[in-house]
Order: sequence, then C-alpha cells, then structure tokens
Amino acid sequence: MAYDYEKSIRPGKLPHIWCPGCGHGIVMKGLIRAMDSCNLDREKTSIVSGIGCASRLPGYMDACTLHTAHGRAAAFATGVKMANPDMTVIVCGGDGDGTAIGGNHFIHACRRNIDMTYVIMNNYIYGMTGGQFSPCTPTGHKASTTPYGNPDPIFDISKLAIGSGATFVARTTAFHATQIDKLIAEGIKHKGMAVIEVLDDCPTTYGRRNKFRSVVDMMKRLKEVAVPVQAAAKMTAEQLEGKVLTGVLYKEDKPEYCEMYQKVIERAQGSAS
Amino acid sequence: MAKKVALIQGNEACAHAAIYAGCKFFGGYPITPSTEVAEVMSIELPKVGGKFIQMEDEIAAMASVIGAALTGVKALTATSGPGVSLKQELIGYACIAETPCVIVNVMRGGPSTGMPTGPGQSDVMQARWGTHGDHAAIALVPASCQEIFSETVRAFNLAEKFRMPVQVLFDEIVGHMRERVEFPEPGELEVIDRTAPNVPPAEYKPYDASKGDVPPLASFGSGYKFHVTGLNKAADGFPTTKAELVDAEERRQISKVTDHVDEIEKNEEYMTEDAEVVIWAYGSTARSARYAVNELRKSGIKAGLFRPLTLWPFPEKRTAALAKQAKAIVVAEMNLGQMIYEVERVAKGACNVVGEFRVDGEPINPGQIMDKVKEVL
Repeated sequence: MAYDYEKSIRPGKLPHIWCPGCGHGIVMKGLIRAMDSCNLDREKTSIVSGIGCASRLPGYMDACTLHTAHGRAAAFATGVKMANPDMTVIVCGGDGDGTAIGGNHFIHACRRNIDMTYVIMNNYIYGMTGGQFSPCTPTGHKASTTPYGNPDPIFDISKLAIGSGATFVARTTAFHATQIDKLIAEGIKHKGMAVIEVLDDCPTTYGRRNKFRSVVDMMKRLKEVAVPVQAAAKMTAEQLEGKVLTGVLYKEDKPEYCEMYQKVIERAQGSAS
Repeated sequence: MAKKVALIQGNEACAHAAIYAGCKFFGGYPITPSTEVAEVMSIELPKVGGKFIQMEDEIAAMASVIGAALTGVKALTATSGPGVSLKQELIGYACIAETPCVIVNVMRGGPSTGMPTGPGQSDVMQARWGTHGDHAAIALVPASCQEIFSETVRAFNLAEKFRMPVQVLFDEIVGHMRERVEFPEPGELEVIDRTAPNVPPAEYKPYDASKGDVPPLASFGSGYKFHVTGLNKAADGFPTTKAELVDAEERRQISKVTDHVDEIEKNEEYMTEDAEVVIWAYGSTARSARYAVNELRKSGIKAGLFRPLTLWPFPEKRTAALAKQAKAIVVAEMNLGQMIYEVERVAKGACNVVGEFRVDGEPINPGQIMDKVKEVL
C-alpha cells in the first residue's frame, strides 16, 4: 500500500545518519504509521530520546522533539508528561542508552506507570561510539571492548520492564516490520507505561564482529529466533531454547501516574478550601 | 490588611517564594540540608495545581525539571553540593538548550559527602564552572530568610528573562535559620514570564538571534513544533558543526549575560565610603562581617563591608573600585579560598587581598574577622 511517510518527516532533514542495513529506519517507519493510525496531533506529541544512533530518530520527526543527554530520555520525558499530561509522550532509544546509563530511569518510569510509550531499539551494541558491548550484547559475543568474547550476562529488556511495573510490554523485531507499527500503536493507546522492544540489527559494529556476513544474515537470524507468544505456549522448553518471544508479552490495567497525581491535587485543594 | 508574617526557615521561605514566582513544577531528590525546600513544595504545589515529583536520583530530578520547563512552566529543583555535582551535565544541557529553570543549592562542606548537616560555602566555583564547556552562569547568594524569599523570586525572573538555568546558593546556616519573614503581597515583587514567540508556528526558530540575544521560547504543546538538543545547533534548533554557526551560538549564549551585567548585578555595601579595610563576604559570613564592621568602627578602625547578592556574574566593577580605594580586602568564606581568587583577579594588586577561611563546620565569627582586619592594617 502506498503510504505518505513524508508528511510526518521534517522537510530537509533526510537523509538520516544511519548506516546501510541498519534497522532503525524500519522502526521509524513503524512509528510513523503507528502515530498516524492513532491520529496523533503532532503539535501535542513529544518524542524524546537520549544519545546514540537510535536516539537521533526524533530529529527527523515533525513533532515536539527533545534529544537529551545519554541515558536520561525517560527522566526528561517524565517531566514533559507530568507538567503537561495532555501531551502524548513517546521515548525512543537504544539498548545501551536505555538499560545501562539510563537503567535507573527506565525502571522507575516503568514503576510509576506514567503514560508514555518507550520504543527501545535493541541492536545489542553501542553503535555510535563504535561497537562497545552493551547490557544486551549476548554472552560470548564480540564487541570492540570484548575482544575475547563478552563475559557479561545480558538484560532481558522486556522482562526488566515487566518486573519494574510497566503495564504494557511487547516485543518484535526489525524483520517483522508490519508488527512494529501495530505494537507501537497499541502502546500509544494504552494508558500507562508501554515498552515496545524491537530487536534490531547493527551490521556495522555488531554484525561484522560476530560472523554475520551480510545484513540478510542478520535479518534471517531475527526471523528465526522470534516465536510469537501464542505459538510458544504450545512449545516445549527444549524447542524454545535460544528463541525470543514476540507479540504482546504483558498487559495490565493499573492506575496511571498523572491521574494519581491529579487526585493528590484534588486532595490538596480540598484540604485548602 | 496586615501582611502575612511567619517565623520560618530559609529553606521554607525559598519554597514559598517559588510559589510566589509562579513555579508550577518541582523535580527533586532528597539531600540534606535542602530537604525542607522539597517538603514544602510537596505541600504547596498541588494546592495551586502544580506538580511535585520525587525522582529516582539527582540527575533524573534535573532532567524532569528541564522537560517540564519546555512545556512552558516555571520549574525548580533543590539540592546540596553532591547533588549539584550529579546535576552538572544537565545544567550544561539547560545552558545550551536555553531552558529557564532554577536550581537551589543549600551548601554544605565537601568534597564528597563532607559534612551533610554542617554549613559550607563550598560550591561557589561549582556554580560558575560546574558543567563542561564554556557557558554563562548566574548565581545569587542571599544572607537572610527574607532575602532568600526575594532572591528566589529574582532567580526565577532572571531564568525566564535570560532563558537559562539560575542557581540560588545559600549556606546551611541561612537555610536552617528561623527568622521573621514578611510575605509580599501579589504584585509587590516583580514576576517576569518568558517571552513567547509572536510568529506563526511554521516560521518559528527557537534560537533565532535576529530576535535578540534571548530569542522567544515556545512551549511544547502550544502549537509550535520544534527540536531541542544538547548538540551545538543552528537557529532552527537542529545540530550543526559549521564553525561559524557554532562559534556565534556559543558567544551569544555567553554575551546575553555579560552584556547585561548591570541588570543582573546586585550588591550591598555598608560603610565602604571611607573604608580602609573592606571585608568581602557573602551569605551567613556577611552577617558576621557586618557585626565586625560595627565593632571595628567603635575602636576607630575604618572598616566596611562589600556583600554581593549576585555572585555570578562576578561583581567586577565595584570590587576593582574598592581595591583601589582600600589598603586591604579581607575575603571571608566557609571554604579554604574560592572567591578570593576572583577578588585577587580584579584587584590586580591594587591592594592587599587576604583570606579568612573556615571549613570545620562552624560559622566564621566576628572575632575572627576583626583579628584578621587588625593583622592586615
């Protein structure tokens, strides 16, 4: 289907900075479609990011965009949403930005269940700084700072989000392009903290060090490891070894943070009068 | 009708002043000796429809303040030395993104955890240079609870007027001192709001220097879509590495303060007209110094007090003039010498500049200052 992406992109801001084969552009397309399907008023939408390749996304989008400091996107976004709850707040960023330096802000935004949609592009690596390992680099894999193989265990971002209190958690991959916009749209519509983890690929700094000979190899791997949650329910532990569950992993209705604070305002004003 | 009067702490006066100035957002993280600012804000803000949030750490607190400020509200955080150290990167962000906000620093000793319940004036240089890169700084140093009220309101005004972070520094003594504070009536103190753009959204550029040194700032959610970044940027807010654009932006952001020092500077002088010795002191130390001046005058010594309320930008003109007039300047401060270097810099050897320092958690008392004055004469 023909789709007019340009109306959502700032005039004159393309081409983007991402390397050939990078999945971030696929995620941006998904985000644009999701925002459109939710009929978001872009004047009342704030897209917030930290630092890194993925965090350059807001600059291309025609909205109220905020490119912050490394790791701090969720904390800036909390200020935006809290001060003006009428805004739709979307956070975009990578795995290193969101779960290493920004790990504390990420889990606390989940805990508060503040109404924002956090799209986290997990490409297992620090791309912009040249391929150092992140909390999501698979154990044993190579990065510029793990030349003998990564000794660190990984974070499972989606489990981290669920454990921290996010009330909508979904995962997909850059291969499953049409699922990206559906899940982001569901996250936007969800009242509360929505985390959409997109397993992504970085051919330049991760792939070439880990024997993915081409972008196609990386995409094939994303296709192969993904198992929809519905299908996984019928699979054995053995069959699920090395696989990653995709789809909506968790959904719950719980009071949202700004609404909770509105009650604080009402109590304070009631006691004052 | 009589004005509202209360016997309150400096920290409490600070919070009430923020509300008076129209503050609608507080993002904080608890740290002694600043906690009462947050506690009073948590009570008062929701009463006026404002928002209080206790964030997960100091950095998050500063981030939330900048995010809130970009939606058009006046935003405050309050902390103490180690908290400011953590906030430093984002104070720089507020500088480059030209986001109005106020940071209160109730100073204690240091470095590191230092003396959390003891007073200090250890962050006066941190307030000037406490982020990376070149940037302007405005920092105010009140010395009484009443003055904390008026200077906090002034801090918000300066933040809004110059589109930048402004720090209010007071030492623990003033922060925790209880004094009679007269609450000004609405309208009694000037309250300034940032300038909003008057161009259609499509034409708006958040850093358009053709609109003046301080370009108007639109609010997220008000119909204006624009980009904010911590990268060096062009007039439209988008990143640039073009040498001439980066250079012009950096210089404008500094000159918007250095070209308006007269509007920002505020000092108090006491018996300096004929002073042979000038005591240069700020915050609670200046209260001891004023007492010392009175005692010294009784014994025939021509002493005077110079007390900056605006510490940054540094009061260069008056300090230089006093250096030419006096035989000596005694700089009294609760650190082992920070502002003395600035006094020496502008005195240029015109007079003897000596320091009276203390870092043991005890206030600098008038006797110490008097002894030092007698020693240098």
